Amino acid sequence: MTIANTFRAQPDAQGHFGQFGGRYVAETLMPLILELEKEYRRAQADPAFEAELDWLMKHYVGRPSPLYYAERLTETIRASAEAGHGAKIYLKRDELNHTGAHKINNCIGQILLAVRMGKTRIIAETGAGQHGVATATVAARFGLPCVIYMGARDVERQSPNVFRMKLLGAEVRAVESGSKTLKDAMNEALRDWVANVHDTFYIIGTAAGPHPYPELVRDFQSVIGREAKAQIMEAEGRLPDLLVAAIGGGSNAIGLFHPFLDDADVKMLGIEAAGHGLSTDKHAASLAGGEPGVLHGNRTFLLQDEDGQIAEAHSISAGLDYPGIGPEHSWLHEIGRVQYESATDREALDAFQLLCRTEGIIPALEPSHALAAVARKAREMKADEIIVANLCGRGDKDIFTVAEALGVAI
Amino acid sequence: MSRLETTFARCAAEGRAALVTFVTGGDPSPAATPAILDALVAGGADVIELGMPFTDPMADGPAIQLADIRSLNAGTTTTSLFEIVRDFRTRHADVPVVLMGYANPMVRRGPQWFAEACAEAGVDGVICVDIPPEEDAALGPALRAVGVDLVRLATPTTDAARLPAVLDGCSGFLYYVSVAGITGVQQAAQGSIEQAVAHLKAGTSLPVAVGFGVRTPDQAAKIARVADGVVVGSAIVEVVAAAVAAGHDPAEAVRAIVAPLSAAVRGARQEQAA
Repeated sequence: MTIANTFRAQPDAQGHFGQFGGRYVAETLMPLILELEKEYRRAQADPAFEAELDWLMKHYVGRPSPLYYAERLTETIRASAEAGHGAKIYLKRDELNHTGAHKINNCIGQILLAVRMGKTRIIAETGAGQHGVATATVAARFGLPCVIYMGARDVERQSPNVFRMKLLGAEVRAVESGSKTLKDAMNEALRDWVANVHDTFYIIGTAAGPHPYPELVRDFQSVIGREAKAQIMEAEGRLPDLLVAAIGGGSNAIGLFHPFLDDADVKMLGIEAAGHGLSTDKHAASLAGGEPGVLHGNRTFLLQDEDGQIAEAHSISAGLDYPGIGPEHSWLHEIGRVQYESATDREALDAFQLLCRTEGIIPALEPSHALAAVARKAREMKADEIIVANLCGRGDKDIFTVAEALGVAI
Repeated sequence: MSRLETTFARCAAEGRAALVTFVTGGDPSPAATPAILDALVAGGADVIELGMPFTDPMADGPAIQLADIRSLNAGTTTTSLFEIVRDFRTRHADVPVVLMGYANPMVRRGPQWFAEACAEAGVDGVICVDIPPEEDAALGPALRAVGVDLVRLATPTTDAARLPAVLDGCSGFLYYVSVAGITGVQQAAQGSIEQAVAHLKAGTSLPVAVGFGVRTPDQAAKIARVADGVVVGSAIVEVVAAAVAAGHDPAEAVRAIVAPLSAAVRGARQEQAA
């Protein structure tokens, strides 16, 4: 028997995506990680788990999210493109989910696992606060106490989300160590976890960390791509030519991409945050500017110096401000199945405003990076080609940051 | 026999546990470290654990986190750490040095490079916090090939089924992390330590050293009655920080904290017998 070539069979039994991924954790956590993997396998084989997940996704999260033809955005881009150019742009509206981002898809799945494992306390890290809000939300829904670690710098620039988490009953702990952003919040969450292994479940927010997290986060987020595939078939009768998504850790992107990986005619583009520019030291593009290394439980591309010290990332978007990337993206980059480019703070701000004015949708700064790439790609593509971009979060949380960047006092 | 084997055998022959002391390399500066290491030896340390500073020490408590930041801010590099060891080796031919740290700085230039640099500088053993046996296809073999011990960590969550995997490829000694947690914060109950050490010693002939949360001579003495080694880290690192902050000589402060720990470890079993 021959096994068909597939890009969808990763990771291997040890959690490796090619040379990436794995389980690089302290010995104290190893037995937990192994137990989580066992429980996840049991859950995957349990129709009751899937039924509960589906029910919550539909009635609590509000799925399926629409696949929306952004006609005015498409026409605006066509107006400045050569004749016959300007691809048709569809937006996967995951910003319409309960809590306003794709993060909740994963949190629902993980809290169901936590409950199955008998864990009674939830912890999580957050950057922009979207994952923290989503975690606090599911913790409230399931009646479990919840502690959210957030870099002190992010607490400052994402104060609306901090208040949301508190309203939802979570305790928000500001992390003062290191660069005071997402990576430091993750360090602190790992420290909490290692000291509370018996009762605590760590809901990791992106498709990174030790195996099985990258796999299970991807699986929970793949609902995005599965829906998009069915929806574009219904709308256009064919698959799209290009998928575009922003990449911090990369969970919304892998969620959109994964169901399409074996569709050879579908190109995919992941957009890293270029901050002030790739030629500066103020960006968060770990594939473009990093090298493979080990951090937070997995081997992946990292921004680091020649001694392996981790560099501070920069992005106007707190959700992309991370010096690493999910290991499956490192693998997809290495084998060339997915292309990765970047967008600067400035390009993201321009795209943010473009979507506000053409479609009446205020996007989060994270997907604004993807929209910046959509604008430049659509212009080069033919008018009968189709782009699906993941609008993975709404921008209400970002209005203060955007106002400041635009020099507006509010 | 390796320096670690020789040292643990000598301590056993003297009827006592070994005192293993940890400081962060390059804290407060690479230039200050040699005198601090000498002070550890002068105070009575049997084995030196030299911490490799890392930007993201996720298994460490506040004391070692801050030490890592001080060290990196002072310009410590992987090269300067090996220089510190090479230099130490010229003054102390027999005192084992174990590098302790995280995977990324160790594998940055490849495990082979790191292993050879360890052997060349006179490093005796390596403890890597975040490379469990499952991910040790490269570093462990590279170290063994050049005769450097890989010291593994066993923890309260390492059960009987898992212990053989932890022991496979471990040499020099086995480090028992006595609390499920980060360095320097909590302290394990003596009863649980005794139980764990007995369980570990049933599975291995390697010396078992116990660490995490050991701060006082009294605690060290209690552990020294049942274990082959006692590890003290954060308490010494805090003394370095306090001396630097007060403008005092960190080396003298280190000698002053290590001497009573050493006396306690040396006297522990006599006291028990008496």
